[in-house]
Order: sequence, then C-alpha cells, then structure tokens
Amino acid sequence: MLYAVLCYASEDAICSWTKEQDEEVMRNLFVVQEKYAKAGKLGPVARLLPTTAATTLRKVKGEPLVLDGPFAETKEQLLGFYTIDVADLEEAVAFAKELSDANPSGGSYEIRPVGVFSPVAPTI
Amino acid sequence: MTDIAWIDPLLTSARPQAVAALLRYFRDLDTAEEAFQEACLRALRNWPENGPPRDPTAWLIFVGRNTAIDAVRRRAKNDPLPDERVLSDLGDAEAEIAERLDGADYRDDILRLLFICCHPDLPATQQIAVALRIVSGLSVRQIARAFLVGESAMEQRITRAKGRIADASVPFEAPGPVERSERLASVAAMVYLVFNEGYSASGGDVPMRAPLCDEAIRLARLLLRLFPSEPEIMGLTALLLLQHARVAARFDADGMVVLLDDQDRTKWNAKMIAEGLALIDKAMRHRRPGAYQIQAAIAALHARARRPEDTDWAQIDLLYQGLEAIQPSPVVTLNRAVAVSKSRGAQAALDMIEPLAQKLSGYFHFFGVKGGLLMQLGRHAEARAAFDRAISLANSAAEAAHIRMHLDRLAAETSKASGKAS
Repeated sequence: MLYAVLCYASEDAICSWTKEQDEEVMRNLFVVQEKYAKAGKLGPVARLLPTTAATTLRKVKGEPLVLDGPFAETKEQLLGFYTIDVADLEEAVAFAKELSDANPSGGSYEIRPVGVFSPVAPTI
Repeated sequence: MTDIAWIDPLLTSARPQAVAALLRYFRDLDTAEEAFQEACLRALRNWPENGPPRDPTAWLIFVGRNTAIDAVRRRAKNDPLPDERVLSDLGDAEAEIAERLDGADYRDDILRLLFICCHPDLPATQQIAVALRIVSGLSVRQIARAFLVGESAMEQRITRAKGRIADASVPFEAPGPVERSERLASVAAMVYLVFNEGYSASGGDVPMRAPLCDEAIRLARLLLRLFPSEPEIMGLTALLLLQHARVAARFDADGMVVLLDDQDRTKWNAKMIAEGLALIDKAMRHRRPGAYQIQAAIAALHARARRPEDTDWAQIDLLYQGLEAIQPSPVVTLNRAVAVSKSRGAQAALDMIEPLAQKLSGYFHFFGVKGGLLMQLGRHAEARAAFDRAISLANSAAEAAHIRMHLDRLAAETSKASGKAS
C-alpha cells in the first residue's frame, strides 16, 4: 500500500529555530529516511518553503481566482498533490489553471515553492 | 517532556503577537514587556513537564495578563488612585482572547507595536535597537554586540528611546485604512533598516551582525502574514531573502569584499533564492510596482543568472529606470550606470555619471565606480585619481582594501602597457 505522509507544525516556531537546531532536525529526519530508502520503501521527499511564499488558485464557480497566501479552508480536505518543475510562478499558475479547467467541480490548488527535494530515494 | 532549547523558538515566535496584545490591555510598554517576561518564566517551568500548549501564544497572553493584573492589584493596595485606564480593559474572559487572536484585531496590535518602535522622533539606530529589544526580544547584550558598542551604552540608548516612546502617544483605536497603510510603510522601512544594519557589516563583523539580517527576514515574513496581499511587503521580503542568500559568498577568507561577478555562485543559498523568487513573481502579478519590488526584481535577475555573463543587464537597466522614476536619487542613477556599463559599455556609463559628480562628491561608491569605468577605458591616470579619492572616503577597512586591490591591478596594467611601448 502506498501512503503519503503529510507533516504539520507551527511555521512561526520553525522559522525561529536557530540554524543549528534546523540542521539537527534535518539530520535526524535524514537518518529515518535513509533507513526506509534502503529498505526500498521511500518515495519522493519534499520540504516546503513558508506559506508566506504561497499562492492559491481557487475556483468556486466559473473563472478561478488567483489569491495570495496559502489555502486555509478547514471545510475542505487535502485530496492530492503534484510536484512540477517550471520556470516561474506564471507557469505554475497556468498548470494549476489547466487542472482546474479539467475538473468541473470547484476546489483550490495551493502553489507552494519547494525548498528541499529528493526526487527518488536511492534504492527505489 | 520538552527540552528547554526547543521552548525558546516557541517563545520567540509568540513574542510579537503576545507583547502586542498585552500592550493593548495595559497600554504601557513596560507593563506589557514585564507581563510577557513573567509568562515566559512560567512557560519554562511548566512546558518541559506538560509539553507546550496547543496555542502557545494564547497561553502566554492569558498567563501574562493574569500575572500583570495581580501585580497591578498588589501595587494598587499601596496606591490611593489606581489608574482607571489601566484597569478598563481587563474584563475579558479567556475565550475572548482566543477569539481575538483569530480576528483582525491582532493584526493592528502587532502593527501598532512595530509602529511605536519606528517613531519618527527616534533616530534610525534607536528605532532598530528598540525594535530588536521589544519585538524580537534580543537581549541588550546581543544588540550591543550587533552594533559593535558596549552593553551599558546600548542599555542607555534603549532606555532613552523607550522614554521618548512613552511620551509620544500612539492611539489605541483600530486605525483607518489610510493610517494603516502609512504605518505599514514606516514599519517596512524600519525592517529594511534592521536588515541593512546587518548587511552593511564588513568582513570580520559578519558573524556578529548577520543575525540582524535573519531577524529582519523574520519580521518581514511576520508582516507578510499580516498583510498577505501587499505587493510591497512581498517585494521587501523577497529583496531581503535574495540579498541575504549571497552572504556566504560576499567575503573571502580574509574578510575581503568579493564583487558579484567574482562570487562563487554555488555558495548562494538556493532555498532563500527559491523563496525570494516565488515572492517577487507573486508581487509582480499585482501590477502595482514599488521601490522594494523593483529592487527585489533586480536582485532576482542576479539570482537567476547561473554565471555572471548570463545576467540580463539590459533588463536591470530598465528596472533601475523604473526605480529612478519612483525614487529619483543620484545613488540609483549610479547603480543604473553600472548596469549600463555592462550592456552599452563604459563610455555610456561614464557619460551618465559625470553629471552626478557634484551631488556625490563625498560618496565612496561614486569614485569606486568612476575609477573602474576609467580603468576600462584605459584612462589610467584619471582612474588612479578617482581610486585615491575613494580610499579617502572609505567607510571601512574592507572598502579601502578593495580599492587598493584595484590600484594594484591598475599599476600592473600601466607597467605592462609602458613595457610594450618601450
């Protein structure tokens, strides 16, 4: 069974970590990742940049709106995610818009830059 | 069980919002700070054992408020006339605090707190010192270190500044839209000052002053969270991130300045650049240009160039023209001339800066740039005169050393040329 494991925590507090604290956490997390990667059980890993850098494409009815900031609507649930490698935000928004056009219902696409990405774990 | 070291960032990140809310309750900066301090002490006793609360900020505001009310009551017993203004706001229940935290209220609270720190009566250095003390919670010792002054001198400076703030009354009512945007502009300028104080550090001082840049970025992100649709705040945050991303490449092992063209671009911080680029892209979609956005867009063009020769100088020239229109200044024109020298040659750039000679007659960088352009044009004697003038105007040993390097290069080229001639 394939699972996505989503990480939640207070961004304010994490942005206040010292460089050493951040590095310590990343090292500890890497040990766990390595273990699962060696067992052939780990897929792509991403650390997202702060939500202040996010843009959201939101469609209620008709043309979708492009809004500043992260998606924060507790009534809706996370259904999936994509990773794309594009030149700039313009292209990322265009991609989200195509997804939105392809999907007749409403919904939101949060566009968040990725800070750390390991596309394929070494042993997979 | 939570290690004390991990509680610290929780307290730091809660601080601006908590102190700002406590300031609204008590309408007195010292009381608000003391209340927050007391709440932090209790957190350090309580959280390691029980784990941090789900909403640390609400906890700190609630506990801080209660302890301060206790203190006010205790004082009131010896005080025949309790200050009604201080007591008037204290009826709220805990539930209401949580509700207020979600509301737009706290946005104005934090803005007010930041705005108080950049009171126009205060000189720039005091604004920065006070903001770092009150909003960021840096110790007087840390701030003194960053400013390269003694601790007691800094203590005095901050006390004096706080006295002035207390005398100047800032209204506690929610500001109107115009006032809010004026406050935001002053606060953005103050955050930029904090950054520059760290960024303008010369080689050897970088380790001590770089924390100011980190702190400014934290404050900029805080502003962005409060005003997520303000393109200039996106621009400011992007600018700080893109500039700071280069910190590891800006000085060599001897603390000498390394120019942009000569920097090892693999040392640039890719994560900060990614965040900065996302933000400036976001800002530009608004089509409401401003000075921070344009400067960030220029920094973004540098960040996007893998090699110096990939830099889009013509576009940078255009952006500087935009900046000249918004913020006319000879220094902006001087910067534009550097871009022009790359896209249209040294002579065009020199023609552009000649008219600035009088206005910038005391400006180190003017003579540095002028000397560089003259050197490219082979006018060595004039170049030497400009470099000599630059050295006499240098603000730091690193700046002077950098120009001396140019003079050495110039001397080598001159002797090579005369060797050929003979």
